[in-house]
Formats: sequence, C-alpha cells, structure tokens
Amino acid sequence: MTELIFKLKKAKKRRKNRAITAMVIMTLIILILIGLSLYMGNTIYSPKIVWRVLSGENIKGATYAIKSIRLPRLFAGIFAGIAFGMGGFVFQTMLRNHLASPDIIGITSGSGAVAVICILIFKVSGFSASAFSVIGGLSITVLIFILASWKGFSNERMILIGIGMQAIMRAIINFVIQKASTYDVPAALRWLSGSLNGVAMSSIPIMSLTIALGAIVILVFEDQLKIIELGDESAVALGVKITRVRALLSVVSVIMLAFAIAVAGPIASVAFLSGPISSKITGKSQANAGAAALVGIILILASDLTGQFALGSRFPVGVVTGLLGTPYLLYLLITMNRKNKI
Amino acid sequence: MKNKRVVVGFVISTISLFLCVIFSLAIGARYVPIADVISAIKDKSIETFDAIVVRERIPRTIFSLMTGAALGLAGVLMQSITRNPIADPSILGVNSGAAFFVVCGIAFFNISTAYEYIVLAMLGAAVTAVFVYGIGSVGRGGATPIKLALAGTAAATALSSLTSIIMMPKDRVMDSFRFWQIGSVSGANYEKIIVFIPFLLAGIVFSILLSSHLNILALGDDKATGLGIKPVQIRLFSAIAGVFLCGAATALAGPIGFVGLMVPHMMRLLFTNDMRVLVPMSALGGAIYLTFSDIIGRILGGIGELEVGIVTAILGGPIFIIIAMKAKVKSL
Repeated sequence: MTELIFKLKKAKKRRKNRAITAMVIMTLIILILIGLSLYMGNTIYSPKIVWRVLSGENIKGATYAIKSIRLPRLFAGIFAGIAFGMGGFVFQTMLRNHLASPDIIGITSGSGAVAVICILIFKVSGFSASAFSVIGGLSITVLIFILASWKGFSNERMILIGIGMQAIMRAIINFVIQKASTYDVPAALRWLSGSLNGVAMSSIPIMSLTIALGAIVILVFEDQLKIIELGDESAVALGVKITRVRALLSVVSVIMLAFAIAVAGPIASVAFLSGPISSKITGKSQANAGAAALVGIILILASDLTGQFALGSRFPVGVVTGLLGTPYLLYLLITMNRKNKI
Repeated sequence: MKNKRVVVGFVISTISLFLCVIFSLAIGARYVPIADVISAIKDKSIETFDAIVVRERIPRTIFSLMTGAALGLAGVLMQSITRNPIADPSILGVNSGAAFFVVCGIAFFNISTAYEYIVLAMLGAAVTAVFVYGIGSVGRGGATPIKLALAGTAAATALSSLTSIIMMPKDRVMDSFRFWQIGSVSGANYEKIIVFIPFLLAGIVFSILLSSHLNILALGDDKATGLGIKPVQIRLFSAIAGVFLCGAATALAGPIGFVGLMVPHMMRLLFTNDMRVLVPMSALGGAIYLTFSDIIGRILGGIGELEVGIVTAILGGPIFIIIAMKAKVKSL
C-alpha cells in the first residue's frame, strides 16, 4: 500500500517537474523572441546598440526605431499573447470544450465590431475604444449564453449560436468598412485581421495594466476553475460557488480580450490554439493558465516575426496565426469525430 | 386542403413579388411616385428625369430577382441533399472559397469579364463544398449540422487568411475586391443579366426535374433505392445544379449569405415539405426576399445605400440562431 502511494507521489512529482521544465523552456524561447523582435527590422542594429538604447543612451536613428516602433510593438504582442492565451484557456476549460474558444463563438468579433465602429465612424481610439469594445464583447457573451440556455444549456447549441452571431457581427464590420473612406480601408482591413503595425506607445500602459490585473485574477481563481472543469456537481460538493466564479472569470477574460483587441485587432486563432497546445506540452493534468499565456506570447511574437520577415511581403500577424489555426481545427474535428465526441 | 394553401400562398407570393418590383423601381436616393413609375414603364417616349431614373433601376431589379431566385434554389437543393437544416453557401464556407478563387483571378490573371468571374467562382464554390462536406462527414453519425458548421468555419478562416495574403500587398486588388466581397446588386447591368440567364435557367430546369426524386430521397437511401432511384446520382446532379446556381450568383453579385438558408425554411413553414412545391416556391421566395432586402438597404442606407449582402446577413443571422435554438440537442 505505502509502496503504491509512494509510486503515485513519484509519478505526480515527475509530471510536475515536466510541466515546470516545459514552462522554463517556453520562457527562454520568449526571451529569444523578444531579443529578435528588438534586433530585427528595417535596419538591423547590433545587440550592443540595442542594449545601449534600452539603458537610456540616445543614438540617432536607433533610439527612434527601437523606442517608438519596436518596443510598443513588442509590448502589444506580449500582452495580447497573455490576453488571448488566458482568455481562450478560461473559456475552453469552463465550457469543457476546445472548440468553445472566444474567437469561434463570436465574442472576439463582437468586440471587434464595436472597436471598428469606434475607430472608423466616431474616430475615437485608445482607452474609450477599448472601454466600448469591452462592453460590446460582454453583451455579446451574455446574449450568447442566454440564447444557448433557452431550453437547457448545451455546448453544441452555444457553438452554433456563436457562429450565427459571428455572421451578424461580420456583416456589421463589413458595413462599417464599406462606409469608410478609401483612405482608411487598408488600415482597417489590416487591423481586422489582427496587426501589431503602428501600435503607439501611448496605448501600452492601460492595456498592459488591465491585462496584468486580469491575469492575476485568473491565476488566483485557477484552482476553482479546475474544480468546475470536473463537473458542476463535484464543484458544488467541493464548496465552489460555480455561478459566481463562472461569471467573474468570463467577465475578466472578456475584459482582457477586449483591451487586447482594441490595440492589436482580433488576432485570429491564438485564443483557440494556446490552451490545447499548452496542455499538450505540460501534460494534461498540469495544464494551467500560465502555460497557456506563455504559448500565446510565443505564437504572437513568432508569427509577427514570420509575417514581417519570412514571407517576402509584410503581412500582419493575424494572417499568419489564421493559417496556423486552421490545420489544428481540422485535426481536432477529425479526432473528435473518431472519439465520437461531437 | 394543402392544395388550397399552396394556391393561396402562390397568389400572395406573386402579389408580394409584384409589389417588391414596383417599390424597387420607386425607392432609392430619389423617390419616384408609383404612378410615374408605371407610366414610365408603359410609355417609352416619356423622357422626364424620373422616367430615366426608373429605367436605370430596371436592370438592378431584374438582377436582384434572378440572384435571389438562384440563391433560394441553391439553398433548398443543398438542404435537401445534405438533409441538414443549416446548409447554406455562407455557413458551409462556399462563399469564401468562391472569393478566394476570384481574388486569385483578379491578382494573377487580371480577370475582368463576367464569364471569368463566374467560372472561377464556380470552381471555388465546388471545390470548397466538396472539401467541407467531406471533412464534416468523417466519422460516425455522418455530417451533423454542428460538424458541418465547424468545418465550414475552419475552411472559411483558412481561405480568408489566404485571400488576405494574396490581396494585401496589392492595393489595386484590395480595392476591387472590397466591393465585390460584400455582395451587392447595385452594380447590375444588362450584360451581367444576359450572362446570368443560361445558368439560372439550367439550374431551374434541373431542380424542377429533380424535385420529385428528391422527395423520394427524403425517405432515406434504402427506401429510395427500393423505389428505383439512384441516390448517389440524384445527389450528384442536385449538387451540380446547386453549385451552378450559387456559383453564378456569387460571381456576379459577390457573396450574399443567408438567403439560401432562410428562404427554404420559411417556405417549409408556410407550405409543405413536398419538394415539388418547395423548389419553385423557394425560387420565388428568394427573389422576393433579396429584392426586399435590397429595398430595405436603400431606405436605411440613405444616399450611400446599404449593400444587400449586409442586410441579408443582419436579417438572416437571427433566423439562423433561432433554428439553432429550436434544434434538438441530439440532432446537433
């Protein structure tokens, strides 16, 4: 008996070690990507110059390129990665379905539609655009939940309703783009597919603060989220107030997503991919929001570098991530079919 | 009883069709009184400004009637052969497939004529339809609505990413694509109508010929085979007719969603499940619905107009959601 417990403990420790190693490696990868993002660009500055600029020295050309272009871009990428990674993970875990990520069930397109209206029609951007897209995203989420639980909640129904919602939101976005002047359109299209181009330093503080706070809340409540994943009944038995935790986590994730969207646009597929990839890497029992955030950051930074430098012409990050997401969605469909889960 | 209902419904639809045509000619950036509309059509010699405006609106009206009929027919065919309540070109990702091929055409081959658009859009529609349906029906249980919808979303995401990759470096492509992509009947002219006619006619003839076979097919493949019908053949012909119709409509008008989804459902609700009634009524209903949406777009959009593809999506999205809400969980 004691031997069995000993073995189980050992196995648990091994799994935990694996997860920790994985997260350390991911952090290293992120550091490399950060270095590359600062190093590469129209002009390649040597690491020494990058370092001198970062430590406050003023070098003609380099200071501008790094401080006003590359740094905001990098920050936006990192925090968007956290927001999409964690937001996706929370929804997927809470609804116990990998397909139920915010970008498939229409939440991101809700925020996106509001943000487009703010930016193109009312010409407001920055904090107020973010605030409005938070409201847009939240209302769409609430609406989808209400509609899906009309005659007893079902995940499948929610996904279908979300897809319908997405169609309506896309129509609204198209409408706004059509009304916009030709001059604004390329920028709007780029933003819509998710882009880190031209992110201004002024939009970074609020975005990073909100997303960081949200991340802390999610990490604090993560244990309860995991209990909810076990099933509503077990969660109640273990003393988790499910409705309250669910509402809190949804609101926090939607706020994080909306702030990321207002700055970087609805970067396709990151929310959808981060959770499943991170749980493959850390092992299913050790899946956690932190790992999902790390994967989100890696996906965005790596795709942004790819979009900028690897494809000949410069593409926004969302086009690259959109391409990444599709094979995975198809793979998921086929494996879920095999397990007869849908 | 049922026959009476069909006759009454047919009469009402014809009257609404007529009203839609009249209003479509009368309403727009400049409102023309209905009496003037009628006299402008009757008497070709009137040369007032109003009369010229009305005549300018004629091709647009004809074109929206034709596009609507084609999409309604395509929808009823697709829903019937897939036995799936949500089969619609926009849900199945077929529109994005057509769009991708057209963008490739604009970017690489400088296409500009209506025929080239049609051929490419049709190819794209056919390839995507086969692909999505294939993926959606892997595994046990065949192609359930949820699997089809997800496969369609997946394909649409991929195709729109690819479309962006081709389009973004080229401003010229982006500009001509931006207007095509929304789906509109405002660019109608007689040239487009003439190109469209053979496709529409072929589609109508095909679907009417097939309708009684599709009725039998609805009983299930085994019974249909027992009754001397070849299910695979019927499905194939219906799919070809559907792709013809929605490919041509998409090529000329751009992707217009939800007409093919909504109209057959409404008609089924109003009349019967009998395909022999459903097929012609869906064509009629599609024509009415699209023209009606176009009129709404002109009223709501003011001088700038709201393109019809946007109106149909905003009206049709809620209907799709209602269908999803009503569906039994098991059948998802």
